[in-house]
Amino acid sequence: MTQQNRTSEGGRIDRGTPVTFTFDGKRYQGFAGDTLASALLANDVHLVGRSFKYHRPRGIVTAGSEEPNALVGVARSRAKHASGEATPNLRATQVEIHDGLAAESQNRWPSLAFDIGAVNDKLSPLFVAGFYYKTFMWPKRFWNRVYEPFIRAAAGLGKAPTKPDTDTYANTYAHCDVLVAGGGPAGLAAALAAARSGARVILADEQAEFGGSLLHERGAEIDGKPAADWVTDAIGELGDNPRVTLLSRTTVFGYFNQNFLALAERVTDHLAEPDPALPRERMWQVRAKEVVLATGAIERPLVFPENDRPGVMMAEAGRIYANRYGVVPGKAIAVATACDSAWRAAFDIAEAGDTIAVIADLRAEPPAALVERAEALGIRVEPSCAVTGVIGKTRVTRVLLGRMSDTGVVPAGEVEADCLLMSGGWTPNVSLHSQARGKLDWQPHMGAFLPGDPVQAQRSAGSCRGVDGLAEVLADGARAGVAAATAAGHTGEAPVFTATGGDAGSGWWLGAVPHDRDASRVRAFVDFQNDVTAKDVKLAVREGMHSIEHIKRYTTTGMATDQGRLSNMNALSIASGALGNEIPQVGLTTFRQPYTPVTFGTLATTSRGDLFDPLRKTPIHDWAAEQGAAFEDVGLWKRAWYFPRGGEDMHDAVARECRTVRESVGLFDATTLGKIEIVGPDAAEFLNRIYTNPWTKLGVGKLRYGLMLNEAGFIMDDGVVGRLADDRFHVTTTTGGAPRVLAHMEDYLQTEWSDLNVWLTSTTEQWAVIAVQGPKAREAIAPLVDDIDLSGDAFPHMSLREGHVMGGVPCRLFRMSFTGEAGYEINVPPSRARAVWEAVWANVEKLGGCAYGTEAMHVLRAEKGYIIVGQETDGTVTPDDVGMSWAIGKKKPDFVGKRSLARPDLVAEGRKQMVGLLTKDGKTLLEEGAQVTVERSPARGTSALGHVTSSYQSPAAGRPIALAMIAGGRDRIGETLHVPMPNGGIAVEVVQPVFVDPEGSRLNA
Amino acid sequence: MPDTALYAPATTQGASVVSRPDVTVTRAAPLARLAFRGDATAAGKAGAAFGASLPMAPLAANPVGQRAALWLGPDEWLLLAASGTVGEEVPWALARTLCDEIATAVGTHPHALVDVSERNVALIVSGPRAAALLNTQVFLDLDEGAFPVGQVTRTLFTKAEIVLWRTGPDTFVVECWRSFAPYVEGLLANG
Repeated sequence: MTQQNRTSEGGRIDRGTPVTFTFDGKRYQGFAGDTLASALLANDVHLVGRSFKYHRPRGIVTAGSEEPNALVGVARSRAKHASGEATPNLRATQVEIHDGLAAESQNRWPSLAFDIGAVNDKLSPLFVAGFYYKTFMWPKRFWNRVYEPFIRAAAGLGKAPTKPDTDTYANTYAHCDVLVAGGGPAGLAAALAAARSGARVILADEQAEFGGSLLHERGAEIDGKPAADWVTDAIGELGDNPRVTLLSRTTVFGYFNQNFLALAERVTDHLAEPDPALPRERMWQVRAKEVVLATGAIERPLVFPENDRPGVMMAEAGRIYANRYGVVPGKAIAVATACDSAWRAAFDIAEAGDTIAVIADLRAEPPAALVERAEALGIRVEPSCAVTGVIGKTRVTRVLLGRMSDTGVVPAGEVEADCLLMSGGWTPNVSLHSQARGKLDWQPHMGAFLPGDPVQAQRSAGSCRGVDGLAEVLADGARAGVAAATAAGHTGEAPVFTATGGDAGSGWWLGAVPHDRDASRVRAFVDFQNDVTAKDVKLAVREGMHSIEHIKRYTTTGMATDQGRLSNMNALSIASGALGNEIPQVGLTTFRQPYTPVTFGTLATTSRGDLFDPLRKTPIHDWAAEQGAAFEDVGLWKRAWYFPRGGEDMHDAVARECRTVRESVGLFDATTLGKIEIVGPDAAEFLNRIYTNPWTKLGVGKLRYGLMLNEAGFIMDDGVVGRLADDRFHVTTTTGGAPRVLAHMEDYLQTEWSDLNVWLTSTTEQWAVIAVQGPKAREAIAPLVDDIDLSGDAFPHMSLREGHVMGGVPCRLFRMSFTGEAGYEINVPPSRARAVWEAVWANVEKLGGCAYGTEAMHVLRAEKGYIIVGQETDGTVTPDDVGMSWAIGKKKPDFVGKRSLARPDLVAEGRKQMVGLLTKDGKTLLEEGAQVTVERSPARGTSALGHVTSSYQSPAAGRPIALAMIAGGRDRIGETLHVPMPNGGIAVEVVQPVFVDPEGSRLNA
Repeated sequence: MPDTALYAPATTQGASVVSRPDVTVTRAAPLARLAFRGDATAAGKAGAAFGASLPMAPLAANPVGQRAALWLGPDEWLLLAASGTVGEEVPWALARTLCDEIATAVGTHPHALVDVSERNVALIVSGPRAAALLNTQVFLDLDEGAFPVGQVTRTLFTKAEIVLWRTGPDTFVVECWRSFAPYVEGLLANG
């Protein structure tokens, strides 16, 4: 609870608001404004995790989202952590602390300090690059049982949550003239410039506060104000502009085509007690006319032995913790560098009164001004000096120095230090430019790749394109902001900012640092998170990997959560040295989205649970639910499946419903059928072309079953079509096929048959459909029908009438059947459907009838041998295959699929044809999908003749029935075939696919 | 209140879907709705009979009192009419009458006219945060400069098709198919 590393003053934390949190169960204190990393460092906690492969102790390395080591599991409270609701793999450098926050280290057991897995470190000679590829090769049978479980257990860091995510996630679509990614000096200047020219601007920054480096650039001034005050004023100006959207804690994680960008905003994770109405995170899907990338540069680690020990950090991170958070991460701090900026970290810390043990610069002649200033501050300076290792396992205690000379490195003593700040220079952060498909240009004099010409409407500004020095960065940002606004159609001039401080620096280093140690015994890490060493990269080259893409996959370097933003340049340099090739020839791996990991919740946004898809219910749905119906999903619809009564199981309920329909009357909700009203003088001609059947002669008031093929001649949908007038048809489609059929029709109408004067209007939801089926159907509806003569002569099977029911409710009454019984389908307005349904229901009940669901409907139609598209058919079935050649208008010159029906393979002998199957024992119910063969126990490898498509216990037949598609089936009627099952083959007789009333006499009853 | 005489809030239970200080979502009372298809000549004749001419400009709406004609496509319009008395009954009779009158006026000139009064339902989204709430699921730019008052379009509300009409600076009408309404309402209530 001591915060022994906290400075006595300074920083942007709120010292008046202490915050208590736990790490691995232990309570610590920090201040509001701290990240988990800064608060832990304030308490002198460096050791925060174990590495992925070797389980080496690891400490906090950076102060930003590129952090490779400090990955932690975080929950809002310890209770939530205990109950498995923690989010794994968050970077402690990005986690803002609040009271009660509970964080846990990862990849260690039983504890962080004593970790059994650390034995891997001792066995490290075994775990060289390509270990998996070399080890898990043979024997083959080991793969499933040994290797895969082992790899799975070892894979990944952190524990996935075990409970459903109780948080909510939001989505927002947004448009802007200029999106600025990054709110440091370049981004702020760009946003100010663009906003002043009148552009609509979105400024996003992944940190809690805007300002980037300005928040820790001690002594810098802009326009005569301290840099941090200038940031406050700039944000004030932007915030007051209604055309500007400021998004802090928001990562631009994906840059897609046509300047479409995805942003993840962390809305409530930083709050102890957030408003429950707020989402945890919000996805922003932004279409930007122009984009300014102001993503800065990332400091590069030095690759020296033991550079991964806790206490070794990036120099700029040390500066950020000192200046921004008031935390000096050690009592005696050594600095190892090849560039100027690390010296400034040393100066800031020394000026705050803390001890800099040494500045070791790889350069022979660091700038004189820096050396003078160091000497004035009493800091020991060692030029031509490399850090060759550190002593200390879970924390640095001493730093080994080596003198660089023409002949190599010679020992130059040790320095006591509990923290080592390192800097190999700066790598421009080109991730988003690369995501936007922009190429990169190698700049040998800078040792850096810079953004090349953009492919999309974007430009880079500031240090992400190699600009250095505060004044230069601000000017570059302002120029980019105005250029972007101008390209988006606005006019303005680049504002001029005067700045002092934050001067440009020099110096950089790429690749491994030379040392005097035993190369076989020490490891210098290139990629901390994936435990890749300089030796691994060299080994990969020796083993034949010559492209960086191969080296990356072989060693996993650059495959960590930072996508190699820390490691890539060092790995490239080592590979290029080993290959004797220039860096551009070795290549650079591609940066991909997401920039940093994104939660699944944010990607799913609001599409989850009951709102994942539209859940469509009919107007009868609630009635069915009240009756205790079970429902099934059909497309997006919920349909009543069956209506169990008093203790009935599904089988009993369906059997009763089927019997009732055949004996008296049943009531069925057919609302979900697709409906299309086809209107225009060429309506009949359109139907002639789109269906197999002829329509010209269908009389007004008549219905006809229609069959629709695709271009290949295969059945795609069916339904009953009624003619309302010469130029008006009411078409029905299958429930699931409705959108597909309408799209198919529109496609033909718009692209092939623009000569036709006909239009399509979906009326699926204009009409609710109440099917009344059975010998007493007419009795059930007669009392309710106002103005339609229901007598068999006036209204025969396959007719339709328009009229009214229940004293004025408009209706389209169809006399038709999908059960084989006489029946009606009453189309009524959905707003009155329930009332009509209940009125019919009252009559049905009086007549001893019942409501039936989709399962009974399936049985009833199968008893009659009526097909269901998608059950008997599977996209390879022609009308003749299912015995429906009668539905083809032979005299029609053309219809969709006609030409294909003459294809040799569609007229060949032996095609699968629909037949009925009856099990010989009269009792066994076949399984749908089961194969049908000639022999009872066919030899392995024998082809099946076909398969069972429908199988039900038929109450009408008093036995199980089945439909099947069998090769040459119609010629096999009377034959005995077999359905081989695990318990032995089942003998079946091939029969006509009609099991009830083959003459159809009941339809006209 | 919406800036149109056409849409009135429904008075049924549950009609208020969202009620916050900065945005409200309310179910609208039923209307007569007709889908009209045909060429410019047919549209001209239909407009004269309907009482609100059918706009020829893309994305345009022409509200006239308790009638409105919305452009949905080069040969497609949605015609809306209120019966004058706000009720919960769908005005079938009005729809029937309008169908007859328009059919008579257009005569034998090819066209299609279909009653879709029951197919659609409407929500009124109103308040300073109306556009922001809609933008949680609608990907269009709803800035007034890009989507001015009076503009109407068919678009997507995540997985539901809607017709979106801006009837005022802070007021939109969302028309969707009846069975998609719970989905649209659910997402707006969560947004």
